[in-house]
Amino acid sequence: MRNALAAGVLAAIACGIIGVYVVVKKIVFISGGIAHASFGGIGLGFLLGINPVLVALFFTVASALGMGFVSRRTKLPQDTVIGIFWAVGMALGIIFVGLSPGYAGDLFSYLFGNILLVPTSDLILMLILDAVIALVVFLLYKGFLAISFDEEFGVVVGAPVEFLYLTLLCLIALTVVVLIRVVGIILVIAMLTIPAAVAKQFTYDLKKMMLLSTLVGIVFILCGLWLSYELDLASGATTVIVSGVLFLVSFGFRTLIARRRPLTQPP
Amino acid sequence: MADEELIRLEDVWVHYDNVAILEAVNLSIKRDDFLGIIGPNGGGKTTLLKVILGLVKPTSGKVTVLGGTPQRNRKFIGYVAQNSLFDHDFPISVLEVVLMGRYGKVGLVKRFSEDDKKAALKALQTVEMINYKDKQIGRLSGGEQQRVLIARALVAEPKMLLLDEPTTGVDMPMQTEFYELLAGLKYSMSIVLVSHDISAVSIYVDKIACLNHQLYYHGSKEVGPEVLEATYKCPVQMIAHGIPHRVLKEH
Repeated sequence: MRNALAAGVLAAIACGIIGVYVVVKKIVFISGGIAHASFGGIGLGFLLGINPVLVALFFTVASALGMGFVSRRTKLPQDTVIGIFWAVGMALGIIFVGLSPGYAGDLFSYLFGNILLVPTSDLILMLILDAVIALVVFLLYKGFLAISFDEEFGVVVGAPVEFLYLTLLCLIALTVVVLIRVVGIILVIAMLTIPAAVAKQFTYDLKKMMLLSTLVGIVFILCGLWLSYELDLASGATTVIVSGVLFLVSFGFRTLIARRRPLTQPP
Repeated sequence: MADEELIRLEDVWVHYDNVAILEAVNLSIKRDDFLGIIGPNGGGKTTLLKVILGLVKPTSGKVTVLGGTPQRNRKFIGYVAQNSLFDHDFPISVLEVVLMGRYGKVGLVKRFSEDDKKAALKALQTVEMINYKDKQIGRLSGGEQQRVLIARALVAEPKMLLLDEPTTGVDMPMQTEFYELLAGLKYSMSIVLVSHDISAVSIYVDKIACLNHQLYYHGSKEVGPEVLEATYKCPVQMIAHGIPHRVLKEH
Protein backbone atom coordinates (compact mmCIF):
# COMPACT_ATOMS: atom_id res chain seq x y z
CA MET A 1 0.00 0.00 0.00
CA ARG A 2 2.85 2.36 0.75
CA ASN A 3 4.29 1.55 -2.68
CA ALA A 4 0.92 2.38 -4.20
CA LEU A 5 0.85 5.81 -2.56
CA ALA A 6 4.41 6.57 -3.64
CA ALA A 7 3.66 5.40 -7.19
CA GLY A 8 0.58 7.63 -7.27
CA VAL A 9 2.51 10.71 -6.22
CA LEU A 10 5.38 10.02 -8.64
CA ALA A 11 2.93 9.51 -11.49
CA ALA A 12 1.08 12.73 -10.61
CA ILE A 13 4.32 14.73 -10.71
CA ALA A 14 5.26 13.49 -14.18
CA CYS A 15 1.82 13.97 -15.68
CA GLY A 16 1.37 17.26 -13.82
CA ILE A 17 4.40 18.80 -15.53
CA ILE A 18 4.26 17.20 -18.97
CA GLY A 19 0.46 17.08 -19.19
CA VAL A 20 0.48 20.89 -19.17
CA TYR A 21 2.53 20.93 -22.38
CA VAL A 22 0.37 18.21 -23.92
CA VAL A 23 -2.72 20.32 -23.28
CA VAL A 24 -1.48 23.82 -24.13
CA LYS A 25 0.48 22.72 -27.21
CA LYS A 26 -2.47 20.54 -28.28
CA ILE A 27 -0.41 17.44 -28.88
CA VAL A 28 -2.84 15.00 -27.28
CA PHE A 29 -2.99 12.77 -30.34
CA ILE A 30 0.77 12.29 -30.67
CA SER A 31 0.89 11.62 -26.93
CA GLY A 32 -1.74 8.91 -27.42
CA GLY A 33 0.39 7.47 -30.20
CA ILE A 34 3.50 7.44 -28.01
CA ALA A 35 1.55 5.82 -25.16
CA HIS A 36 0.13 3.03 -27.28
CA ALA A 37 3.34 2.37 -29.19
CA SER A 38 4.97 1.66 -25.82
CA PHE A 39 3.14 -1.66 -25.80
CA GLY A 40 5.72 -2.88 -28.32
CA GLY A 41 8.35 -2.35 -25.62
CA ILE A 42 6.33 -4.19 -23.00
CA GLY A 43 5.94 -7.14 -25.40
CA LEU A 44 9.65 -7.10 -26.20
CA GLY A 45 10.41 -7.19 -22.47
CA PHE A 46 8.26 -10.31 -22.09
CA LEU A 47 10.00 -11.92 -25.07
CA LEU A 48 13.49 -11.16 -23.79
CA GLY A 49 12.67 -11.93 -20.19
CA ILE A 50 13.81 -8.47 -19.04
CA ASN A 51 11.76 -6.04 -16.92
CA PRO A 52 9.11 -4.90 -19.46
CA VAL A 53 8.98 -1.36 -18.07
CA LEU A 54 12.71 -0.93 -18.62
CA VAL A 55 12.49 -2.18 -22.21
CA ALA A 56 9.42 -0.01 -22.78
CA LEU A 57 11.47 3.01 -21.69
CA PHE A 58 13.88 2.65 -24.62
CA PHE A 59 11.23 1.46 -27.05
CA THR A 60 8.91 4.38 -26.26
CA VAL A 61 11.62 7.03 -26.54
CA ALA A 62 12.65 5.52 -29.90
CA SER A 63 9.09 5.51 -31.25
CA ALA A 64 8.51 9.09 -30.00
CA LEU A 65 11.63 10.23 -31.84
CA GLY A 66 10.51 8.25 -34.90
CA MET A 67 7.08 9.88 -34.92
CA GLY A 68 8.50 13.35 -34.41
CA PHE A 69 11.25 12.94 -36.96
CA VAL A 70 9.11 11.41 -39.72
CA SER A 71 6.29 13.93 -39.27
CA ARG A 72 8.66 16.90 -39.40
CA ARG A 73 11.01 15.78 -42.13
CA THR A 74 8.51 14.28 -44.60
CA LYS A 75 5.44 15.77 -46.21
CA LEU A 76 3.20 13.08 -44.72
CA PRO A 77 0.37 14.53 -42.64
CA GLN A 78 1.29 14.30 -38.97
CA ASP A 79 -1.87 12.51 -37.87
CA THR A 80 -1.28 9.82 -40.49
CA VAL A 81 2.26 9.24 -39.19
CA ILE A 82 0.96 9.04 -35.62
CA GLY A 83 -1.77 6.59 -36.60
CA ILE A 84 0.76 4.28 -38.27
CA PHE A 85 3.23 4.31 -35.37
CA TRP A 86 0.36 3.86 -32.88
CA ALA A 87 -0.96 0.71 -34.55
CA VAL A 88 2.39 -0.81 -35.52
CA GLY A 89 3.73 -0.34 -31.98
CA MET A 90 0.74 -2.14 -30.48
CA ALA A 91 0.84 -4.88 -33.13
CA LEU A 92 4.53 -5.52 -32.41
CA GLY A 93 3.66 -5.86 -28.73
CA ILE A 94 0.99 -8.46 -29.48
CA ILE A 95 3.36 -10.44 -31.73
CA PHE A 96 6.17 -10.31 -29.14
CA VAL A 97 3.87 -11.46 -26.34
CA GLY A 98 2.60 -14.29 -28.58
CA LEU A 99 6.16 -15.44 -29.25
CA SER A 100 7.09 -15.32 -25.55
CA PRO A 101 7.36 -18.65 -23.78
CA GLY A 102 4.95 -19.30 -20.94
CA TYR A 103 1.90 -17.44 -19.79
CA ALA A 104 1.97 -13.63 -19.71
CA GLY A 105 -0.16 -13.42 -16.62
CA ASP A 106 0.37 -9.79 -15.62
CA LEU A 107 -0.04 -8.45 -19.15
CA PHE A 108 -3.29 -6.85 -18.05
CA SER A 109 -1.55 -4.83 -15.37
CA TYR A 110 0.47 -3.12 -18.11
CA LEU A 111 -2.53 -2.50 -20.34
CA PHE A 112 -4.91 -1.28 -17.65
CA GLY A 113 -2.57 -0.54 -14.76
CA ASN A 114 -2.50 -1.85 -11.24
CA ILE A 115 -1.12 0.61 -8.78
CA LEU A 116 -1.25 -2.03 -6.01
CA LEU A 117 1.29 -4.21 -7.78
CA VAL A 118 4.11 -1.70 -8.37
CA PRO A 119 7.39 -3.32 -7.25
CA THR A 120 10.03 -1.24 -5.49
CA SER A 121 12.40 -1.57 -8.47
CA ASP A 122 9.84 0.18 -10.71
CA LEU A 123 9.35 2.85 -8.04
CA ILE A 124 13.04 3.68 -8.22
CA LEU A 125 12.83 3.90 -12.01
CA MET A 126 9.81 6.21 -11.71
CA LEU A 127 11.69 8.42 -9.26
CA ILE A 128 14.66 8.70 -11.63
CA LEU A 129 12.39 9.51 -14.60
CA ASP A 130 10.56 12.17 -12.58
CA ALA A 131 13.90 13.76 -11.72
CA VAL A 132 14.98 13.74 -15.38
CA ILE A 133 11.66 15.27 -16.49
CA ALA A 134 11.78 18.01 -13.85
CA LEU A 135 15.43 18.84 -14.61
CA VAL A 136 14.96 19.05 -18.38
CA VAL A 137 11.82 21.19 -18.03
CA PHE A 138 13.67 23.46 -15.59
CA LEU A 139 16.54 23.92 -18.05
CA LEU A 140 14.48 24.27 -21.24
CA TYR A 141 11.41 26.01 -19.78
CA LYS A 142 11.87 29.12 -21.92
CA GLY A 143 12.33 27.09 -25.10
CA PHE A 144 9.33 24.86 -24.45
CA LEU A 145 7.23 27.96 -23.85
CA ALA A 146 8.50 29.46 -27.13
CA ILE A 147 7.60 26.42 -29.25
CA SER A 148 4.28 25.91 -27.47
CA PHE A 149 3.05 29.47 -27.84
CA ASP A 150 4.33 30.47 -31.26
CA GLU A 151 6.68 28.07 -33.00
CA GLU A 152 7.24 30.23 -36.08
CA PHE A 153 8.35 33.17 -33.99
CA GLY A 154 10.61 30.77 -32.12
CA VAL A 155 12.35 29.96 -35.41
CA VAL A 156 12.78 33.65 -36.19
CA VAL A 157 14.39 34.45 -32.82
CA GLY A 158 16.73 31.49 -33.19
CA ALA A 159 15.23 28.81 -30.94
CA PRO A 160 16.25 25.27 -32.01
CA VAL A 161 12.61 24.32 -32.45
CA GLU A 162 13.14 20.82 -33.84
CA PHE A 163 15.50 19.88 -31.03
CA LEU A 164 13.06 21.30 -28.46
CA TYR A 165 10.09 19.52 -30.03
CA LEU A 166 11.86 16.14 -30.15
CA THR A 167 13.04 16.63 -26.56
CA LEU A 168 9.48 17.35 -25.49
CA LEU A 169 8.29 14.16 -27.23
CA CYS A 170 11.00 12.21 -25.36
CA LEU A 171 9.75 13.65 -22.07
CA ILE A 172 6.23 12.57 -23.01
CA ALA A 173 7.66 9.07 -23.62
CA LEU A 174 9.27 9.11 -20.16
CA THR A 175 5.98 10.24 -18.62
CA VAL A 176 4.17 7.41 -20.37
CA VAL A 177 6.61 4.93 -18.85
CA VAL A 178 6.07 6.45 -15.39
CA LEU A 179 2.30 6.14 -15.83
CA ILE A 180 2.15 2.59 -17.28
CA ARG A 181 2.17 0.88 -13.86
CA VAL A 182 -0.41 3.25 -12.42
CA VAL A 183 -3.16 3.57 -15.03
CA GLY A 184 -1.93 1.31 -17.84
CA ILE A 185 -1.10 1.98 -21.47
CA ILE A 186 -4.71 2.27 -22.62
CA LEU A 187 -5.53 4.91 -20.02
CA VAL A 188 -2.29 6.93 -19.93
CA ILE A 189 -3.75 9.63 -22.13
CA ALA A 190 -6.34 10.40 -19.44
CA MET A 191 -3.69 11.33 -16.92
CA LEU A 192 -1.77 13.34 -19.52
CA THR A 193 -4.80 15.48 -20.27
CA ILE A 194 -7.36 15.63 -17.45
CA PRO A 195 -5.30 17.05 -14.55
CA ALA A 196 -3.79 19.73 -16.83
CA ALA A 197 -7.19 20.52 -18.34
CA VAL A 198 -8.63 21.02 -14.83
CA ALA A 199 -5.68 23.23 -13.84
CA LYS A 200 -6.01 25.31 -17.01
CA GLN A 201 -9.44 26.46 -15.93
CA PHE A 202 -8.10 28.15 -12.82
CA THR A 203 -4.84 29.81 -13.80
CA TYR A 204 -3.20 31.65 -16.68
CA ASP A 205 0.33 31.03 -15.40
CA LEU A 206 2.11 28.01 -16.87
CA LYS A 207 4.19 27.31 -13.74
CA LYS A 208 1.19 27.55 -11.43
CA MET A 209 -0.67 25.34 -13.88
CA MET A 210 2.02 22.66 -13.49
CA LEU A 211 1.85 22.83 -9.71
CA LEU A 212 -1.93 22.79 -9.67
CA SER A 213 -2.21 19.92 -12.13
CA THR A 214 0.27 17.88 -10.07
CA LEU A 215 -1.89 18.41 -6.97
CA VAL A 216 -5.02 17.62 -8.95
CA GLY A 217 -3.32 14.45 -10.26
CA ILE A 218 -2.48 13.34 -6.71
CA VAL A 219 -6.09 13.88 -5.62
CA PHE A 220 -7.38 11.94 -8.65
CA ILE A 221 -5.05 9.00 -8.13
CA LEU A 222 -5.65 8.80 -4.37
CA CYS A 223 -9.44 9.02 -4.84
CA GLY A 224 -9.23 6.35 -7.53
CA LEU A 225 -7.11 4.14 -5.30
CA TRP A 226 -9.45 4.49 -2.34
CA LEU A 227 -12.62 3.95 -4.40
CA SER A 228 -11.19 0.94 -6.22
CA TYR A 229 -10.30 -0.56 -2.84
CA GLU A 230 -13.72 0.15 -1.30
CA LEU A 231 -15.71 -1.03 -4.32
CA ASP A 232 -13.27 -3.74 -5.43
CA LEU A 233 -12.81 -2.30 -8.95
CA ALA A 234 -9.79 -2.04 -11.27
CA SER A 235 -7.62 0.80 -9.90
CA GLY A 236 -6.53 2.32 -13.23
CA ALA A 237 -10.01 2.50 -14.70
CA THR A 238 -11.46 3.81 -11.44
CA THR A 239 -8.86 6.58 -11.37
CA VAL A 240 -9.77 7.61 -14.90
CA ILE A 241 -13.51 7.61 -14.14
CA VAL A 242 -12.90 9.71 -11.03
CA SER A 243 -10.79 12.12 -13.10
CA GLY A 244 -13.47 12.42 -15.77
CA VAL A 245 -16.20 13.10 -13.23
CA LEU A 246 -14.11 15.64 -11.32
CA PHE A 247 -13.23 17.36 -14.60
CA LEU A 248 -16.95 17.80 -15.29
CA VAL A 249 -17.46 19.16 -11.77
CA SER A 250 -14.59 21.65 -12.14
CA PHE A 251 -15.81 22.67 -15.58
CA GLY A 252 -19.30 23.32 -14.21
CA PHE A 253 -17.84 25.23 -11.26
CA ARG A 254 -15.67 27.35 -13.59
CA THR A 255 -18.64 28.11 -15.83
CA LEU A 256 -20.69 29.22 -12.82
CA ILE A 257 -17.90 31.55 -11.62
CA ALA A 258 -17.42 32.89 -15.13
CA ARG A 259 -21.07 33.83 -15.29
CA ARG A 260 -20.77 35.89 -12.14
CA ARG A 261 -17.37 37.30 -12.99
CA PRO A 262 -16.78 37.09 -16.73
CA LEU A 263 -13.29 35.99 -17.78
CA THR A 264 -13.36 38.34 -20.73
CA GLN A 265 -14.15 41.34 -18.57
CA PRO A 266 -12.25 44.44 -19.72
CA PRO A 267 -9.27 45.44 -17.55
CA MET B 1 24.12 55.05 -43.64
CA ALA B 2 20.62 56.04 -44.60
CA ASP B 3 20.73 54.27 -47.93
CA GLU B 4 22.53 51.21 -46.57
CA GLU B 5 20.88 48.16 -48.08
CA LEU B 6 19.30 45.81 -45.53
CA ILE B 7 17.47 43.37 -47.79
CA ARG B 8 18.21 42.32 -51.33
CA LEU B 9 16.17 39.85 -53.38
CA GLU B 10 17.49 38.90 -56.82
CA ASP B 11 15.27 37.02 -59.27
CA VAL B 12 13.52 35.11 -56.48
CA TRP B 13 11.04 32.39 -57.45
CA VAL B 14 8.92 30.41 -55.01
CA HIS B 15 6.77 27.43 -55.99
CA TYR B 16 4.35 25.44 -53.89
CA ASP B 17 3.58 22.13 -55.57
CA ASN B 18 4.62 23.50 -58.98
CA VAL B 19 2.43 26.58 -58.67
CA ALA B 20 4.46 29.77 -58.79
CA ILE B 21 3.75 32.02 -55.80
CA LEU B 22 6.55 34.51 -56.41
CA GLU B 23 7.80 35.14 -59.93
CA ALA B 24 11.16 36.74 -60.61
CA VAL B 25 10.95 39.10 -57.63
CA ASN B 26 13.66 41.74 -57.31
CA LEU B 27 13.60 43.99 -54.27
CA SER B 28 15.97 46.21 -52.38
CA ILE B 29 15.07 47.61 -48.95
CA LYS B 30 17.19 50.35 -47.45
CA ARG B 31 17.78 51.47 -43.88
CA ASP B 32 15.36 54.38 -43.78
CA ASP B 33 12.60 52.81 -45.89
CA PHE B 34 9.00 52.69 -44.75
CA LEU B 35 7.66 50.40 -47.43
CA GLY B 36 4.09 49.26 -47.92
CA ILE B 37 3.51 46.11 -49.95
CA ILE B 38 -0.05 45.84 -51.22
CA GLY B 39 -1.76 43.24 -53.31
CA PRO B 40 -4.69 40.85 -53.34
CA ASN B 41 -5.02 37.92 -50.95
CA GLY B 42 -3.10 34.93 -52.27
CA GLY B 43 -0.75 37.21 -54.17
CA GLY B 44 2.30 36.03 -52.21
CA LYS B 45 2.66 38.84 -49.64
CA THR B 46 3.13 36.57 -46.63
CA THR B 47 5.39 34.28 -48.67
CA LEU B 48 7.59 37.25 -49.55
CA LEU B 49 8.03 38.10 -45.85
CA LYS B 50 8.77 34.46 -45.05
CA VAL B 51 11.40 34.36 -47.79
CA ILE B 52 13.09 37.38 -46.24
CA LEU B 53 13.00 35.63 -42.84
CA GLY B 54 14.32 32.37 -44.25
CA LEU B 55 11.14 30.52 -43.24
CA VAL B 56 10.40 29.69 -46.88
CA LYS B 57 13.24 28.59 -49.15
CA PRO B 58 13.04 30.03 -52.67
CA THR B 59 13.03 27.60 -55.58
CA SER B 60 15.61 29.82 -57.20
CA GLY B 61 17.12 33.26 -56.78
CA LYS B 62 19.20 34.92 -54.10
CA VAL B 63 18.12 36.47 -50.79
CA THR B 64 20.54 38.63 -48.82
CA VAL B 65 19.76 39.96 -45.35
CA LEU B 66 22.29 42.47 -44.01
CA GLY B 67 24.92 41.02 -46.26
CA GLY B 68 24.38 37.41 -45.14
CA THR B 69 21.87 34.58 -45.34
CA PRO B 70 18.38 35.05 -43.87
CA GLN B 71 19.01 32.21 -41.40
CA ARG B 72 22.09 33.93 -40.03
CA ASN B 73 20.82 37.49 -39.90
CA ARG B 74 17.09 37.23 -39.26
CA LYS B 75 17.80 37.92 -35.59
CA PHE B 76 18.14 41.55 -36.65
CA ILE B 77 14.60 41.56 -38.01
CA GLY B 78 11.56 42.09 -35.83
CA TYR B 79 8.68 40.03 -37.21
CA VAL B 80 4.99 40.59 -36.51
CA ALA B 81 2.98 37.77 -38.06
CA GLN B 82 -0.72 37.82 -38.77
CA ASN B 83 -2.59 38.31 -35.56
CA SER B 84 -4.76 35.24 -35.35
CA LEU B 85 -2.00 32.65 -35.56
CA PHE B 86 -1.58 31.84 -31.87
CA ASP B 87 -3.94 30.19 -29.41
CA HIS B 88 -5.71 33.05 -27.63
CA ASP B 89 -6.45 30.85 -24.65
CA PHE B 90 -2.76 30.11 -24.08
CA PRO B 91 -1.70 30.57 -20.44
CA ILE B 92 0.90 33.29 -20.97
CA SER B 93 1.13 36.87 -19.73
CA VAL B 94 1.81 39.93 -21.88
CA LEU B 95 5.26 40.34 -20.30
CA GLU B 96 6.14 36.70 -21.01
CA VAL B 97 5.09 37.11 -24.64
CA VAL B 98 7.36 40.13 -25.03
CA LEU B 99 10.26 38.36 -23.29
CA MET B 100 10.12 35.69 -26.00
CA GLY B 101 11.58 38.31 -28.33
CA ARG B 102 14.79 38.19 -26.26
CA TYR B 103 15.21 34.43 -26.74
CA GLY B 104 18.00 34.80 -29.29
CA LYS B 105 20.02 36.98 -26.93
CA VAL B 106 19.76 34.56 -24.02
CA GLY B 107 20.44 31.08 -25.35
CA LEU B 108 19.15 27.59 -24.70
CA VAL B 109 19.32 26.96 -20.95
CA LYS B 110 19.85 30.40 -19.40
CA ARG B 111 16.93 32.22 -17.81
CA PHE B 112 15.84 35.73 -18.74
CA SER B 113 17.88 38.29 -16.76
CA GLU B 114 16.85 41.56 -15.15
CA ASP B 115 18.21 43.34 -18.24
CA ASP B 116 15.89 41.27 -20.45
CA LYS B 117 12.95 42.20 -18.22
CA LYS B 118 13.92 45.86 -18.35
CA ALA B 119 14.11 45.72 -22.14
CA ALA B 120 10.70 44.05 -22.26
CA LEU B 121 9.15 46.69 -20.01
CA LYS B 122 10.72 49.42 -22.13
CA ALA B 123 9.28 47.88 -25.30
CA LEU B 124 5.86 47.71 -23.62
CA GLN B 125 6.22 51.38 -22.74
CA THR B 126 7.01 52.22 -26.36
CA VAL B 127 3.74 50.65 -27.51
CA GLU B 128 1.88 52.05 -24.48
CA MET B 129 0.92 48.66 -23.11
CA ILE B 130 2.90 48.74 -19.84
CA ASN B 131 -0.25 48.71 -17.72
CA TYR B 132 -1.28 45.40 -19.23
CA LYS B 133 1.96 43.54 -18.54
CA ASP B 134 0.45 40.92 -16.22
CA LYS B 135 -2.70 40.29 -18.25
CA GLN B 136 -3.18 37.04 -20.09
CA ILE B 137 -2.62 37.73 -23.79
CA GLY B 138 -6.05 36.45 -24.87
CA ARG B 139 -7.86 38.96 -22.65
CA LEU B 140 -6.68 41.88 -24.76
CA SER B 141 -8.50 43.26 -27.77
CA GLY B 142 -7.14 42.68 -31.27
CA GLY B 143 -5.47 46.08 -31.41
CA GLU B 144 -3.90 45.67 -27.98
CA GLN B 145 -2.58 42.23 -28.91
CA GLN B 146 -1.06 43.70 -32.04
CA ARG B 147 0.78 46.29 -29.94
CA VAL B 148 2.12 43.54 -27.69
CA LEU B 149 3.35 41.61 -30.72
CA ILE B 150 5.12 44.74 -31.92
CA ALA B 151 6.73 45.09 -28.49
CA ARG B 152 7.88 41.48 -28.82
CA ALA B 153 9.46 42.33 -32.17
CA LEU B 154 11.05 45.54 -30.82
CA VAL B 155 12.54 44.03 -27.68
CA ALA B 156 15.49 42.52 -29.53
CA GLU B 157 16.36 45.99 -30.90
CA PRO B 158 15.94 45.05 -34.56
CA LYS B 159 17.23 46.98 -37.55
CA MET B 160 13.97 46.44 -39.37
CA LEU B 161 10.38 45.55 -38.68
CA LEU B 162 8.28 43.25 -40.89
CA LEU B 163 4.53 43.48 -40.32
CA ASP B 164 2.06 41.09 -41.94
CA GLU B 165 -1.51 42.44 -42.18
CA PRO B 166 -1.13 44.17 -38.81
CA THR B 167 -4.57 45.77 -38.76
CA THR B 168 -6.62 42.61 -39.27
CA GLY B 169 -9.23 42.46 -36.52
CA VAL B 170 -8.37 45.95 -35.26
CA ASP B 171 -11.18 48.50 -35.15
CA MET B 172 -10.88 51.83 -36.99
CA PRO B 173 -9.90 54.22 -34.15
CA MET B 174 -7.29 51.72 -32.97
CA GLN B 175 -5.97 51.40 -36.52
CA THR B 176 -5.20 55.11 -36.68
CA GLU B 177 -3.38 54.96 -33.35
CA PHE B 178 -1.55 51.94 -34.62
CA TYR B 179 -0.27 53.68 -37.75
CA GLU B 180 0.78 56.68 -35.66
CA LEU B 181 2.84 54.30 -33.54
CA LEU B 182 4.57 53.02 -36.67
CA ALA B 183 5.11 56.54 -37.93
CA GLY B 184 6.97 57.21 -34.66
CA LEU B 185 9.13 54.11 -35.07
CA LYS B 186 10.15 54.73 -38.65
CA TYR B 187 12.97 57.06 -37.64
CA SER B 188 14.79 54.35 -35.73
CA MET B 189 14.36 51.40 -38.10
CA SER B 190 13.28 50.31 -41.52
CA ILE B 191 9.64 49.16 -41.67
CA VAL B 192 7.96 46.89 -44.19
CA LEU B 193 4.20 46.66 -43.95
CA VAL B 194 2.17 44.13 -45.88
CA SER B 195 -1.54 44.70 -46.35
CA HIS B 196 -4.46 44.30 -48.70
CA ASP B 197 -5.91 47.53 -47.28
CA ILE B 198 -4.52 49.95 -49.84
CA SER B 199 -5.96 53.25 -48.68
CA ALA B 200 -4.89 53.04 -45.03
CA VAL B 201 -1.41 51.88 -45.85
CA SER B 202 -0.73 54.49 -48.48
CA ILE B 203 -1.31 57.41 -46.13
CA TYR B 204 1.51 56.45 -43.80
CA VAL B 205 4.16 54.66 -45.83
CA ASP B 206 6.84 56.42 -47.89
CA LYS B 207 7.06 53.86 -50.68
CA ILE B 208 4.62 51.39 -52.15
CA ALA B 209 5.20 48.11 -53.94
CA CYS B 210 2.43 46.06 -55.55
CA LEU B 211 2.61 42.30 -55.38
CA ASN B 212 0.56 39.76 -57.25
CA HIS B 213 3.07 36.95 -57.82
CA GLN B 214 5.17 39.57 -59.61
CA LEU B 215 6.42 42.62 -57.77
CA TYR B 216 5.97 46.13 -59.15
CA TYR B 217 8.18 48.61 -57.35
CA HIS B 218 9.97 51.70 -58.48
CA GLY B 219 11.19 53.00 -55.15
CA SER B 220 8.48 55.62 -54.80
CA LYS B 221 4.92 56.11 -53.71
CA GLU B 222 3.67 56.71 -57.24
CA VAL B 223 1.53 53.83 -58.35
CA GLY B 224 0.27 54.16 -61.89
CA PRO B 225 -3.09 52.76 -62.92
CA GLU B 226 -1.40 50.27 -65.24
CA VAL B 227 0.49 48.80 -62.28
CA LEU B 228 -2.68 48.48 -60.22
CA GLU B 229 -4.35 46.88 -63.16
CA ALA B 230 -1.57 44.36 -63.46
CA THR B 231 -1.63 43.75 -59.71
CA TYR B 232 -5.32 43.38 -59.15
CA LYS B 233 -6.42 42.23 -62.57
CA CYS B 234 -9.73 44.09 -62.24
CA PRO B 235 -8.87 47.68 -63.12
CA VAL B 236 -12.05 49.71 -62.95
CA GLN B 237 -13.45 48.74 -59.57
CA MET B 238 -10.18 48.66 -57.72
CA ILE B 239 -9.17 52.09 -58.90
CA ALA B 240 -12.59 53.52 -58.16
CA HIS B 241 -12.80 52.08 -54.64
CA GLY B 242 -9.40 51.24 -53.37
CA ILE B 243 -7.18 54.09 -54.45
CA PRO B 244 -8.19 57.61 -53.55
CA HIS B 245 -6.36 59.96 -55.90
CA ARG B 246 -4.83 61.94 -53.06
CA VAL B 247 -2.82 58.86 -52.29
CA LEU B 248 -1.32 58.69 -55.72
CA LYS B 249 -0.39 62.27 -56.45
CA GLU B 250 -0.75 64.59 -53.52
CA HIS B 251 1.75 62.88 -51.24
